[in-house]
Amino acid sequence: MIPQLIAGGLLSGAIYALAAMGFVLLWQASRTINFAQGEFIMLPAFGVVLFQEVLKLPFPIAVMFTLVGSMAMGLIVKQFIIQPLLRRDILAIVIATLGIALFARNFIIVFWTADPVFYTSIFSTKPLRFGDVVVSPEDLWVVGLVSGLILLVNLLIRHTKMGWAMQAVSQNREVARVVGINVSRTITQVYLLNGLMMGIAAVLIAPIYFVQYNLGISLGLKAFYSAVIGGFNQVKGALFGGFLVGLLETFGAAYISTAYRDAFALVVLIGVLLLKPEGIFGTREE
Amino acid sequence: MEPGKSNRRVLGYAALISGLIAVALFPRVAGDYPLYLANLTGVYLIAAIGLNITLGYAGQVSLAHAAFMAIGAYTTALLTLKGVSFWVAMPAGALLAGGFGFLLGFPALKVRHHYLAMVTIGFNVLVYLVLRNESAITGGMTGLRNIPRPNVLGVSLGADRDYFYAIAGTAALFAVLYRFLVRSKWGRAFQAMRENELRAEVVGVSLRTYKTMAFAIGAAYAGASGALLACLLRYIDPSSFELDRSFQFLIMVVVGGPGWFAGPLVGAGIVTLLPELLRATQAVYLMLFAVLLILMLIFSPAGLVPALEKLGRAWLGWGRPRLLPRGGTDQA
Repeated sequence: MIPQLIAGGLLSGAIYALAAMGFVLLWQASRTINFAQGEFIMLPAFGVVLFQEVLKLPFPIAVMFTLVGSMAMGLIVKQFIIQPLLRRDILAIVIATLGIALFARNFIIVFWTADPVFYTSIFSTKPLRFGDVVVSPEDLWVVGLVSGLILLVNLLIRHTKMGWAMQAVSQNREVARVVGINVSRTITQVYLLNGLMMGIAAVLIAPIYFVQYNLGISLGLKAFYSAVIGGFNQVKGALFGGFLVGLLETFGAAYISTAYRDAFALVVLIGVLLLKPEGIFGTREE
Repeated sequence: MEPGKSNRRVLGYAALISGLIAVALFPRVAGDYPLYLANLTGVYLIAAIGLNITLGYAGQVSLAHAAFMAIGAYTTALLTLKGVSFWVAMPAGALLAGGFGFLLGFPALKVRHHYLAMVTIGFNVLVYLVLRNESAITGGMTGLRNIPRPNVLGVSLGADRDYFYAIAGTAALFAVLYRFLVRSKWGRAFQAMRENELRAEVVGVSLRTYKTMAFAIGAAYAGASGALLACLLRYIDPSSFELDRSFQFLIMVVVGGPGWFAGPLVGAGIVTLLPELLRATQAVYLMLFAVLLILMLIFSPAGLVPALEKLGRAWLGWGRPRLLPRGGTDQA
């Protein structure tokens, strides 16, 4: 039972960690928050269903279109909504991105469906047995790919010029501008990168989760909690937080209550906020 | 005293009295449907005022207003179904909602306010889960039925036309309290906190007190609104208090004009009546409202009230030109 639960927890944890990392990246590089992060996964998930199941495109092309669309979405949101609000209080960005989330959910209901749509897996669904533990191959793919992706983004931030520019912009927008960094372009790059990451997350979860308009609500919420629990200004915090939340709610659902599955993360979050508001790995910011 | 001032005062009283007469006559002449819309607008107005106190004046985001409303609604429903008078049950519901708001204000002390959005969303989700799962008390997804309507001095307000007066009276009472609140030391402290927390603290505003109270008061308003809603619909279930309802209050406040006295009235009016006029499905109008919300934030962050005031001044010579220097010209 326990190894099985660990496997399940790691699976949902990997997705939370990836989305949480998007939150951390956006915060790090642009001091902005995208509360439509869950919808940034939900929309591309519908995208991949549209391209592959409805338009019958071959899988690689469907994925490519989905990822390009997902990045375009990041670009549009940055250019037309975030950019005009950058100079204002962060509250405006918080409310605007919540508005984007509301729009995205209802857009899907109006122009597609309120019911879940089905998407057949690209990977073999024949379960693999490791002793008592049964995992499907797609779960292994998800955890493996997400871990690789997280590592890659980490390398990008630490060891490339683009990553250094992002770090500089995060520390001080004005000084970054003085030393010749194109701040607006750097923020655009982060939104593109976040769009790409969320697009990949969407392709990975489409066969596992029900693809439905409200998919993003709990996903976005838990990814955000993961980022806050781990530490909002640390990539490793997002990873730790994501897997912690995934494991906690899987075990909580099994041993405490299935009905309150969505509540465990919130309880941990409030505990962390009261004891160490900057998060487990986070550092204080002014 | 300026010559125009006494005239304006007389006009003000005349407007107030004709307004009162109109409200008193309205349920006697209106059709069933306009009456229902007016009742609903009145109920939502109270919750929107509450959110305007928390968000508009004190600058604290709350996306848990539907949950506070649920606390007020369920408390009132459970008590009145046990035979307790509505006039006891409603304050109890409002107080309980206010108590939860007070508790939820504590994380607000610890975190930057963008965290707060998600903490309050989480609270809304949690309350929804409790309502759905604890069916021994809340009736689960079937909810609570046959909620009685109140009596006043032995006169039953059971009919929609009579219940209107309970809503209008309560809304008026809460609006008067709201006016006192925002003009008091508290209102000024809230606004100081919204503009700059550090500066407010330096000049002696206790953030601890005012943040928790901004939440508590806003939540109590939502609780009272929920109490009235329970008796208006006579039937409540968890679906009335989902997260999207909290968004609806947020839209009311931002569109109406956060931190403007008349903001909630304009916002609640538009958000409640427009969908009915458009005859659109919920998804269509929520989508349109989301667009409106974003456009307002980008192009008119102060909301509709100041924009309308400006229009009124420019075209009809209404209102006080208080923002203009004497002899100056309106640049805008």
